[in-house]
Amino acid sequence: MAAPTFETPKFRDIPIVPVLMPQAMAASRPFVAAAPIQQALGFPGELVPDWEQKAIAKLGELLGKYRSLRVYLDACVHCGACTDKCHYFIGTQDPKNMPVARQDLLRSVYRRHFTVAGKLFPKLVGARDLTKELLDDWYTYFNQCSECRRCSVFCPYGIDTAEITMAAKEIMNSIGLGQKYTNEILGKVHRIGNNLGLPGPALEDTLLGLEEDIAADTGVEVKLPLDAKGAEVLLVTPSADFFSEPHVESLIGYAKVFHQAGISWTLSSHASEAGNFGMFVGNYEQMKKISLRVRQAALELGVKRIVVGECGHAWRVAYSFWNTLAGPWDFLDSRYPAPQHICEVTHDLIQRGALTLDKEANDHRIITFHDSCNVARASRMGGTPGGQFTIPREIIKSVANHFHDMHPDTIGEKTFCCGGGGGLLTDDLMELRVKGALPRMEALKQVVDEHKVNFMATICAICKAQFSKVLPYYGFDMSMVGGVHQLVSTAIRLGAKE
Amino acid sequence: MSFELNGRTYDTDEEGYLTNLADWNEDVAGYLAREEKVDMTESHWEVVNFLREYYNEFQIAPAIRVLTKAIGKKLGPDKGNSKYLYELFPYGPAKQACKIAGLPKPTGCI
Repeated sequence: MAAPTFETPKFRDIPIVPVLMPQAMAASRPFVAAAPIQQALGFPGELVPDWEQKAIAKLGELLGKYRSLRVYLDACVHCGACTDKCHYFIGTQDPKNMPVARQDLLRSVYRRHFTVAGKLFPKLVGARDLTKELLDDWYTYFNQCSECRRCSVFCPYGIDTAEITMAAKEIMNSIGLGQKYTNEILGKVHRIGNNLGLPGPALEDTLLGLEEDIAADTGVEVKLPLDAKGAEVLLVTPSADFFSEPHVESLIGYAKVFHQAGISWTLSSHASEAGNFGMFVGNYEQMKKISLRVRQAALELGVKRIVVGECGHAWRVAYSFWNTLAGPWDFLDSRYPAPQHICEVTHDLIQRGALTLDKEANDHRIITFHDSCNVARASRMGGTPGGQFTIPREIIKSVANHFHDMHPDTIGEKTFCCGGGGGLLTDDLMELRVKGALPRMEALKQVVDEHKVNFMATICAICKAQFSKVLPYYGFDMSMVGGVHQLVSTAIRLGAKE
Repeated sequence: MSFELNGRTYDTDEEGYLTNLADWNEDVAGYLAREEKVDMTESHWEVVNFLREYYNEFQIAPAIRVLTKAIGKKLGPDKGNSKYLYELFPYGPAKQACKIAGLPKPTGCI
């Protein structure tokens, strides 16, 4: 008798599902925002005396506004498909970081107050009152979710767990319990125009310095214009691109692409930030206010196109929310997507043969690509499904000879968060960030061992900052991470086309 | 939060950054450096002083490229890179050197 034909499963790395360590991360709490930070955003300065009633009322308000939230709170059957899909659970082993358990911190309160069974027989249906102890758990564990939505990919009901985290953060802000890092940054955007708090003159000085650097490196005068009226393109990019390494290398890359394609472009001192932390705290008013800065800048400068730089959640907000928050964009040139991602711009130019690229210039790099969560699971690029995965990879392959993807279960729509998204990229959460990076680091280690990968490209400022910080914890060099346009910058030949 | 030095109390934020910029002096910088386990050499002081000058003019710490270029001019081109700055300030020139310079912590996607 012939043996049946099938493939024997390959050995997997063990442990597959982490051993549980209850309360392992109970002490991981980011700093609470002080009163001036909260009040600047219109939130109460500190925990209000009647916080329990206010929180329940706010939950009721959100349920009335967002049908999706009620569906997500109702639909979960606790099947467990999400449990081992979260990078924070994998890295911390804390059972409250299983997505279902984290959501249940809010779901149990929802059941208690908004379902008949929960009102009558709370114990039978896992309904709970919002006690101070539970509120503490909210603050601790909803600040251990980066809203990356990997668990949602595996949920048979398609529950968007990030929306539950966002609702919890919105409720906490409304009762005066805000997180310092996100809320201080929101204040800076409203006050100064960007997350870092770079005032116009500092921005101008920084850009002039970069022009000098590019001229010194290449002998070509590549401009980084600021507030140039009548430019065709307004580029909005994360302010980290002005400030940090490796981010700035990508900014130089965008400038070279525009220069070489002959596209007139400008940055704006009013809208000097692509990021939008309003999304991280689940607050549409904050999100709208920040988005409107881009609209105002575009109108004032008279641009025809808006292009977004390498920033994951910015692209989600721009792609999925700008139209309703700050649209209509009918004053822009309808021949181009509004907004357009810088990768779409560069990819189109490469397709048309408009750029001269010297792939060998990147030969010292063996490259992999980390899909950023918000680009991967909450947006798209180009005209075809999955463009957000193929376009950045096609750019990399056009500018470099050595590319290897990481394990298929860790890229594309199943990509792992870097560990610093969702407003958690703060030093007071370093343990969480390092532990949450574990699955990505494991996948990276695999391609380092197999293919000698020495560069992980990504298109998100948070990913770049997070990996720069955590790579050394796993024995890698911090300069292993960089932007896709950093690679473009290395390969692009400036000057007249041969 | 706060710390005591030479009979005076200095207010700081949760992470030990000075609350009041005007409180800074070289003794305070020395104290903050010791807390960070940074041994201040002349090169460290060059960075710290440049950060303060730049902050006075622009109300923000300099971007990394601005800083490396300035330090390269002062200490020699081989020192004008972030690798050297990380040798001086292992936790990162932006966050650690700003703390010692008495400036607010730069935060954002950095």
